[in-house]
Amino acid sequence: MKPSRLAECGNWVLDRFPVTKFWNDHMAHYYAPKNFNIWYFFGSLALLVLVNQILTGILLTMNYKPDAKLAFDSVEYIMRDVPWGWLVRYMHSTGASAFFIVIYLHMFRALLYGSFKHPRELIWIFGMLLFVALMAEAFMGYLLPWGQMSFWGAQVIISLFSAIPVIGDDLSLWIRGDYVIADATLNRFFAFHVIAVPLVLVMLVFMHLVALHEVGSNNPDGIEIKASKDPWGHPVDGIPFHPYYTVKDLVGVGVFLLFFATVIFYMPEMGGYFLEHANFIPADPMKTPEHIAPVWYFTPFYSILRAIPDKFAGVIGMGGSIVVLFLMPWLDRCKVKSIRYRGGIFKKALFLFVISFLALGYLGTQPVTPLATTMARLFTTIYFGFFLLMPIYTRWEKTKPVPRRLTKVKSIEDQLHEIEEQIPALLEEITEVKPAITEIGHPAFKGTFFSRRPNPKGIAHVLSRVLTNLKRSLD
Amino acid sequence: MRSLITVLLLFTLTFNVNASEEVELQEANIDLSDTASLQRGAQHFVTYCLGCHSAKHMRYLRFALDVGVDPKKVLNDIAPEGASIYDQIHSAMNKHDAEKWFGVQPPDLSLIARSRGADWLYSYLKSYYIDPSRPFGVNNLVFQDTAMPNPLWKLQGEQHAESRRSIYGEYTKLELDAPGTLSESEFDLFVNDLVNFLVYVGEPVQLERERLGKYVLFFLIIFLVIAYLLKKEYWKDVD
Repeated sequence: MKPSRLAECGNWVLDRFPVTKFWNDHMAHYYAPKNFNIWYFFGSLALLVLVNQILTGILLTMNYKPDAKLAFDSVEYIMRDVPWGWLVRYMHSTGASAFFIVIYLHMFRALLYGSFKHPRELIWIFGMLLFVALMAEAFMGYLLPWGQMSFWGAQVIISLFSAIPVIGDDLSLWIRGDYVIADATLNRFFAFHVIAVPLVLVMLVFMHLVALHEVGSNNPDGIEIKASKDPWGHPVDGIPFHPYYTVKDLVGVGVFLLFFATVIFYMPEMGGYFLEHANFIPADPMKTPEHIAPVWYFTPFYSILRAIPDKFAGVIGMGGSIVVLFLMPWLDRCKVKSIRYRGGIFKKALFLFVISFLALGYLGTQPVTPLATTMARLFTTIYFGFFLLMPIYTRWEKTKPVPRRLTKVKSIEDQLHEIEEQIPALLEEITEVKPAITEIGHPAFKGTFFSRRPNPKGIAHVLSRVLTNLKRSLD
Repeated sequence: MRSLITVLLLFTLTFNVNASEEVELQEANIDLSDTASLQRGAQHFVTYCLGCHSAKHMRYLRFALDVGVDPKKVLNDIAPEGASIYDQIHSAMNKHDAEKWFGVQPPDLSLIARSRGADWLYSYLKSYYIDPSRPFGVNNLVFQDTAMPNPLWKLQGEQHAESRRSIYGEYTKLELDAPGTLSESEFDLFVNDLVNFLVYVGEPVQLERERLGKYVLFFLIIFLVIAYLLKKEYWKDVD
């Protein structure tokens, strides 16, 4: 049969440009482990948010004016006079916070399942570079609305460079292009925010994905699925990314967008965390705001900076808290990847690390008090302890035997079903039936009423069981 | 290095000042669907605030469309004489005069509700008291040593501050000396209308945003259900 015109046209292109090969290599014939759980949604979500930021960002630049005299007003012009401008702007501002939520969870997944370990060290390095670029992107983007917090946040952070001995003052002057944050700074930050850093981000995402698809994805069991292959050379425990994970990620996208839209339409300021109240006042170099706090996603690192008494040491500490993450693949000496089979000491250390990261984040939003500083110092110590002591404590680790093939985990539906089945038994245990005392009731009903009362013994029993399970899960 | 020290010093200092003057705020009753209140608030704004403050991000036409009033009516009842319906709400006072008279240029009020919050504005406008040591003879409990005179004193009357000491500590209470042209509850309503208007001006799209949000969330739920069923169908053979 003669091929149709259209097919011929298509073949003409395919002969010259390998679209099919690209699609197969990265989607249809890319085999991913079958057992991805909820932690594995955040990679694709990060990509979604990146696309959202780029598209809404392009629309915003069409009406934004990178000029110290016009910037603040142009943002309000977008919010009021540009059709749908408010939606685009809220999608961009909420997207920035969403980006960090998604990325933090994505990074935590790597810590949980050892995704940074051999042979995925480079994926982790590219990912960390992405994280640093993302922070630069967010920091410079935050100056653009030219509100009080934009101005003074940038002022505080850039003057940190002046803490560097010898070259510090000149360096910070060079970065700002003026003695204070000014029009020159706004213009160069705009250039970096809309083109330079996004290009780096897109390139790094590409490298991150190429590296990932070269070695293959890790999984919650932390074993290499390429180790056991079927006669056709496909991993037995793998399935093609498309269509299986494309449809699965679509569900993740749905859940994410529900949260995202709720914030955009009902709480775009998120109580002053996503859009700070002081940033609705135009930047004023003569008036310092009452309380300068960076946006929430920088607060853990800002806390570390404030916790260290010496200024230069504080800057080193803040930088070090990010640099140390790059070293993860070499700090962790344990051969086992997944937390499922790792020893109790790592689980406990990771638990403490998460607590201290969250606490540092909270403290960074709060004004300095002696107690807060002491707490910040304690948590900073734990933060660095987690990383710097890792080569030591991961050596002692008593790991559990790692299976050769993926283990089957219950789906969320099954787990919910199980919990549902346990509820009656649990209720039975924490309550007891007592005949109701019917002193004043009709004599005919006396003693026939029963009521359920909480049973202290049962509750204590259930609680101790929960605690034992919790303790066992940390061993 | 030196600038960092000043910045850090400044912000610890200013924070302490702020912390010491914290006053419990009274709650404003914000209802943006109350178009009558918004219209009254707009009138109050033009009568009592516009002399010094602008709301330059807001257009008269936007207000007419959002509140559902005939633009001509807005021009007649609300906008000052000579304004066009496409105009932004500008003040007639020029910058140099303002700085000469008040020391600072009165801020634009377009976003004041978003930076200060409705309750703060409501309490602030109600908390003026007589203080002969100040240039305008009044001070404010919520914003100590404010540069702004009390534009509403004729309506509210004059208050004085009274320090009281109890076993729970020291606190200041405002007492009405001479009643104004409005009763206390009327004045509360007056201020509330004004604050309601300012909250609207802070983000004119907010009602529309909340209305649209319902449809978006509804669509997303449908999308999620379909995506979930699709996933289930694809995955049913995977063991």
